[in-house]
Amino acid sequence: MADALVRADVLAGRRAETAGVSVVPGAPASRLSLRAPQAGIAALSKALGLALPKKPKGTAQDGTRAALWLGPDEWLVLDAEGVDLAGLCASVRTAHSAVDVSHRNVAILVSGPAAETVLAAGCPQDLAPAVFPVGAASRTVLGKVEIVLWRTGADAFRVEVWRSFSDYAFTLLAEAARDA
Amino acid sequence: MTAAFRIAGAGRLTPAHEARFTFDGRSYAGLAGDTLASALLANGVHLVGRSFKYHRPRGILSAGAEEPNALVEIARDGARRTPNVRATVQELYDGLCAVSQNRWPSLAFDVGAASDVAAPMFSAGFYYKTFMWPKAAWTRLYEPNIRQAAGLGRAPDQPDPDRYASRFAHCAVLVVGAGAAGLAAALAAAQTGQRVILCDEQAEPGGALRFESGVTIDGRPGWRWAQETAAALAAMDNVTVLPRTTAFGYYAQNMVCLAERLTEHLAAPDPEAPRERLWQVRAGRVILATGAIERHMVFADNDRPGIMLAAAARSYLNHFGVAVGRNVGVYAADDSAYAAALDLKRAGLGIAAIVDWRAAPEGAAVEAARAAGIEVLAGHAVTGTAGRLRVSAMTVAPRAGGAARSIAVDALLTSAGWTPAVHLFSQSRGRVGFDAASQRFLPQTYAQACASVGACKGTERLSDAVDEALAAGAAAARETGGRRRKAPRLDAETTETWSGGMLGVGDESAAAPRAKAFVDFQNDVTAKDIRLAVREGMRSIEHVKRFTTNGMATDQGKTSNMHGLAIAAETLDRPIPEVGLTTFRPPYTPVTFGTLVGHGRGRLFDPVRRTATHGWAEAQGAVFEDVGQWKRAWYFPRAGEDMQAAVARECRTVRRAAGIFDASTLGKIEVVGPDAARFMELMYTNPWQKLDPGRCRYGIMLREDGFIYDDGVIGRLAPDRFHVTTTTGGAARVLNHMEDYLQTEFPDLKVWLTSVSEQWAVIAVQGPNSRAIVEPLVDGIDLSDAAMPHMSVREGRVCGVPARLFRVSFTGERGFEINVPADYGLAVWEAVWAEGEKHGACAYGTETMHVLRAEKGFIIVGQDTDGTVTPDDAGLGWAIGKKKTDFVGIRGLARPDLVAAGRKQLVGLRTADPKTVLEEGAQIVETPDQPVPMRMIGHVTSSYWSANCDRSIALALVENGRARSGQTLHVPMPGGSIAVEVTGTVFLDDEGGRADG
Repeated sequence: MADALVRADVLAGRRAETAGVSVVPGAPASRLSLRAPQAGIAALSKALGLALPKKPKGTAQDGTRAALWLGPDEWLVLDAEGVDLAGLCASVRTAHSAVDVSHRNVAILVSGPAAETVLAAGCPQDLAPAVFPVGAASRTVLGKVEIVLWRTGADAFRVEVWRSFSDYAFTLLAEAARDA
Repeated sequence: MTAAFRIAGAGRLTPAHEARFTFDGRSYAGLAGDTLASALLANGVHLVGRSFKYHRPRGILSAGAEEPNALVEIARDGARRTPNVRATVQELYDGLCAVSQNRWPSLAFDVGAASDVAAPMFSAGFYYKTFMWPKAAWTRLYEPNIRQAAGLGRAPDQPDPDRYASRFAHCAVLVVGAGAAGLAAALAAAQTGQRVILCDEQAEPGGALRFESGVTIDGRPGWRWAQETAAALAAMDNVTVLPRTTAFGYYAQNMVCLAERLTEHLAAPDPEAPRERLWQVRAGRVILATGAIERHMVFADNDRPGIMLAAAARSYLNHFGVAVGRNVGVYAADDSAYAAALDLKRAGLGIAAIVDWRAAPEGAAVEAARAAGIEVLAGHAVTGTAGRLRVSAMTVAPRAGGAARSIAVDALLTSAGWTPAVHLFSQSRGRVGFDAASQRFLPQTYAQACASVGACKGTERLSDAVDEALAAGAAAARETGGRRRKAPRLDAETTETWSGGMLGVGDESAAAPRAKAFVDFQNDVTAKDIRLAVREGMRSIEHVKRFTTNGMATDQGKTSNMHGLAIAAETLDRPIPEVGLTTFRPPYTPVTFGTLVGHGRGRLFDPVRRTATHGWAEAQGAVFEDVGQWKRAWYFPRAGEDMQAAVARECRTVRRAAGIFDASTLGKIEVVGPDAARFMELMYTNPWQKLDPGRCRYGIMLREDGFIYDDGVIGRLAPDRFHVTTTTGGAARVLNHMEDYLQTEFPDLKVWLTSVSEQWAVIAVQGPNSRAIVEPLVDGIDLSDAAMPHMSVREGRVCGVPARLFRVSFTGERGFEINVPADYGLAVWEAVWAEGEKHGACAYGTETMHVLRAEKGFIIVGQDTDGTVTPDDAGLGWAIGKKKTDFVGIRGLARPDLVAAGRKQLVGLRTADPKTVLEEGAQIVETPDQPVPMRMIGHVTSSYWSANCDRSIALALVENGRARSGQTLHVPMPGGSIAVEVTGTVFLDDEGGRADG
């Protein structure tokens, strides 16, 4: 019956393209909000099949799966294939919290030579490659909303934003794209 | 056609590049590169405005951002009309259309100038003293008339059609000002590889090199060096050069805000391009190279058109090729004006005389002037001027006494010396100190990681300024981790050095009965006004400023503050530093609201949050209400229904059949971990340890003070996992509140909090038919009352997608809340709707939700509570775990005031006339037969028409309310008092059986 249900992507059909940048919605993905003390990192890394990063701005990526460091005991784990990430953690015995947030967030992909400039219209964080290199991620703000920002390439960023804030975030990025 | 005052061969503009413009409807020709001011002067136009208070004819004082007089309105079209544009900074473009301000019927003949004749009336503090009474006259008479007569410019009356952009930037070194010092500092910093931003308010870099004619830097003429250096910097990857960009605010931790003007100089701006861009720059080090601002001389009638700053006249000549007059007088107290006189003389213009305020000026400049055949009147003062719409003569007298003589002039250049531009330094919270020798306030104690270089630091010699700027640039880059490089050397030479200067009034002619010696041109403040303020008891410069309004116009006293201070100090007979300097505040020059707002307008003013079913509700014709940032369906009117009819129908349908409601905006927090139940015990008043998985409980959260903070239904999914719901408005703050306690008070607990508000779309199905509607859509959950009683939760599948199904009720009816992943929310809603239609269900909105819960006496936190209501006040004492020894607020609840008798308690109210619906917020009294102000004993918190009860219902907080059950109280309203009976809070199904059945 699940197949019969239409999944409504909140940013479906949105797109902003200029010479310097492309802003498009990301595909649906599974997402896990993972909280765990140091003692749980090893077991959870094993269960998820990738080493949870331990440093600020750190990320780990393996194939279609990635873990973004958000705090000393907090990660956002993404899987592009839609794997049940919470299920993977279910067998881990050390205390932790694995909560499925696949539908809480929406991804916006910002790419092109002007991507950094476009994000700088609303993100106060220093995004220069020396400070925020490829692979860096952080929880930050874009205009008036909170986002998780992940630099996936020299000129490519993934913005993770809560579902109902995604219209604002996308609109701001599209406006900023006109000025880049 | 060459304008009359454009001098062939002078200046840097290209004669072939003509730009036509109009001023007050007359057409003129200017050149590309002109400012509006230079183009007007080239056409011999000096009269450009009328003054603020006295409507005196005013001309162009300066050639820069400090301009107090030449304020005009520039309109591109009806919506793009900008008042108070300084003609001295507005770049000319072909088709520019400017009009003068503050005059009627015309600039040359202004009726308002009568106030100039009546001037003795309008002394300092005139408004404060005169328009005191009667009070009513303020709004009807005084204020409208004062506003009509005063004020500059007309505010635009249409929405701003332009776009504005914003950008955050980070750099190691921010250099403010691209004069010789700023360029040198940027050059030294840039060559270390560090990120450098260089901004300058002008279209072209160069600063004072624009007018200083005898400068050579690095073997090149100063101006050329500046252009080439800026171009070289702009070509470097690590440098951003921002022309037409004003650093207007210096905030904490080296955050400097810049306003970049992108299209203001263009004849046909690209409508796609933003008009202005706000830069918020976080800099490792800031180098201030903001230069100095020339002061005028203060003497009687020093404001006639044609009287201007000496360096301004030099700019107009050396840069724009414009003669400000053909027979020019000079009144100065410093050497820089001599350089202006010499430049003008060399260009073939007549210098009538240099009147030098100083008794015995000497030095190279003075000798050069004399050698050039210019008459130098040392120890003299200009005591007055003549000319109606333009200066025609100056009256000159020896300061020591003696006969005055009149000298014909068509322009008069004045210079009292240079005031270092310490505005940004002061904004950075740096402290200035008064240098008695040079009579200047200079940067003294730095509060942030910044350095001042050049004229704004008081450095007089160009070579010294360049050297210290190079050193500062190199140091700033080094301190922020740049490569160690030897600072470059730059040889800078100039033919002139400036010294001298004075503060205050030049001579006592300023004090003559009818004399007006202006200190502040923009606010029409004279030397006499400042003296009067002191005589009337103002002692601090802050008081003098506010009493006289000196320095309070949009130019913020760039030319007037030091004079005003000196006059006050002299009148008080105290040294200048003791009288004090007023505080510099952002913005340095006016900034448009558009720039500050940036992208944040229209759709981007604030996020608008919509649920998954928003589009469906919209298509059904729902009316929405704003709940915080959310748009929520308020009610679903059918054809011919008004709100009341729609809500009444929805209310009846829910209780007779069923209703479907989008409850997605409720806050949802997943509390997970082995200590989850212990944490819940601490955060809520209720007991949680013994709540079985699969069961729900209504929870109340208190603040430390014992008052209700939030409430919601909480389901236990597993021993270590709770699904907490919060109020819609409380979602963010409740999570913060919990996280705050977890991190600071209970850090040992192994529990974590995750917001899942947006993970789940929530579809409430309420009413007797709710089970019949939900049942066909559910897989693997037994919905029977025995298997899934009221207040339980199950995980399973609804429409084939993972779901959390709650059996809960905020209506008092049997009810379910279906939680499904948000992207499936719409599809599941549509499936529920299809089932609902088979069973007579309707969609309902927040208004019906409010009515139905009020019929059952369920509170809404924030409506029936206001931050001073305890659980017992709200009739929820049962929700406090009696055996609990600790939870947030437990000690607060024991405070004497919170257990005292007579507290306001939540009760129901029935109006004597069932048709009367009370107003929410209305006050309640025991009897209306008492004098006003009556003793108020409570107020109405919720009030509705209840179709199900066929009468009005209301909830109220009333003193000692529960003990008053059955009493008649009164609600006084403008139309008369309304009698109400105090009742319990439940208006329907007192036993509560419907939710279980």
